[in-house]
Amino acid sequence: MRNIMGTLLRVGVFSAAFLAVSGGVLFFIQHPKEISDFTTFKGEPAKFRQVHLIVKEAFNLRGRDVIQLGLLLLIATPVARVIFSLIGFLIEKDWIYVAITAIVLIILSVSLFSNYLTF
Amino acid sequence: MVTFIAILFAGALFAGFIGSLTGLGGGVIIVPLLTIGFGVDIRYAIGTSLISVISTSSGAASSYVKEGILNIRIGMFLEIATTLGAIAGAAIAVFAPTHAISIIFGLVLLYSAIVSFQKRKGELDSENLPEEKPNRMAELLKAKGTYPTADGLKKYTLQHLGGGFTVMSLAGILSGLLGIGSGALKVIAMDSIMKIPFKVSTSTSNFMIGVTAAASAGIYLNRGYIDPVLSMPVMVGVLIGSLIGAKFLIRSRTKSIRIILAIVITLLAFEMIYNGLAKNI
Repeated sequence: MRNIMGTLLRVGVFSAAFLAVSGGVLFFIQHPKEISDFTTFKGEPAKFRQVHLIVKEAFNLRGRDVIQLGLLLLIATPVARVIFSLIGFLIEKDWIYVAITAIVLIILSVSLFSNYLTF
Repeated sequence: MVTFIAILFAGALFAGFIGSLTGLGGGVIIVPLLTIGFGVDIRYAIGTSLISVISTSSGAASSYVKEGILNIRIGMFLEIATTLGAIAGAAIAVFAPTHAISIIFGLVLLYSAIVSFQKRKGELDSENLPEEKPNRMAELLKAKGTYPTADGLKKYTLQHLGGGFTVMSLAGILSGLLGIGSGALKVIAMDSIMKIPFKVSTSTSNFMIGVTAAASAGIYLNRGYIDPVLSMPVMVGVLIGSLIGAKFLIRSRTKSIRIILAIVITLLAFEMIYNGLAKNI
């Protein structure tokens, strides 16, 4: 169980890093001269913010879109670990921890999909 | 742009190396590096830092999980506190003026410098284990365990649940507000307040950092604070740097490195506070 969890975390992090580096290479090829300015905050466009758009745009294989999918995968890695724990507690029939893990999962989902919710 | 990315990558590599060598984590170094070193807006810096925190902690946690000292149940239960705190912290960050965030960051940095300077007293503390007080809540949550010592397996039971939960929420708020892992505060909550053995506390804390950071990273992502071009070199740099640092960790525990670092961190702290007060950030 723990071995699978360790592997899950490692695979998540390294595939996220791989996607990010691939996206970076694509970005340099597609925009060799572009200069980005980060000294003033402008905020990212919707395609870099919303989960379903990040996934959708990445298939166009533009550098930045691919990097952003990698970053999304990275954020999803701890979430996957929590889902995996939930399954583990379900198998053990440890209902208190099924409930506790479900609460953590709900909190994480609220955060990740906060754009779709209206506060 | 390629040069900028290359320098950024080198800086992140160094930050990850130092962060893992000292146990401070990459976050406390990445934010000052980006804001003071590269003039990046602190909001982008915090978003980027969170990304690097997730990558290093998940990378490290994957090896801790196999060792079996960490307590997954206690970690999961306390993650309710840290994730709620993280969302609150990220929400505060959206509305708080950036110079105020800079000042708070400087103060936390100053505190980290003091902590990194101190000898790891907790390691000695866990040798004389606290007397086991039975408590109903810990029984219900199965918040106990055993850990290996020189004299065989020893038992521990979680104490002072309320206090620990409160400090964990605070750790979550700071993590979400400043884009750091706040591992030190998590260890204090577990080791000093809840009386969990030091080694169990540190590995469980590392295990929790990724989930805590993911909770605030979701908000930052949705708010447009996470930029791909800025995050890519930092994430990869910090990850590789921390892996190298982990290899060195066993060999070098020299005092001089700690002293130099404490001085550098103190200087960065004053710079962050000064910039905040002068409203340069």
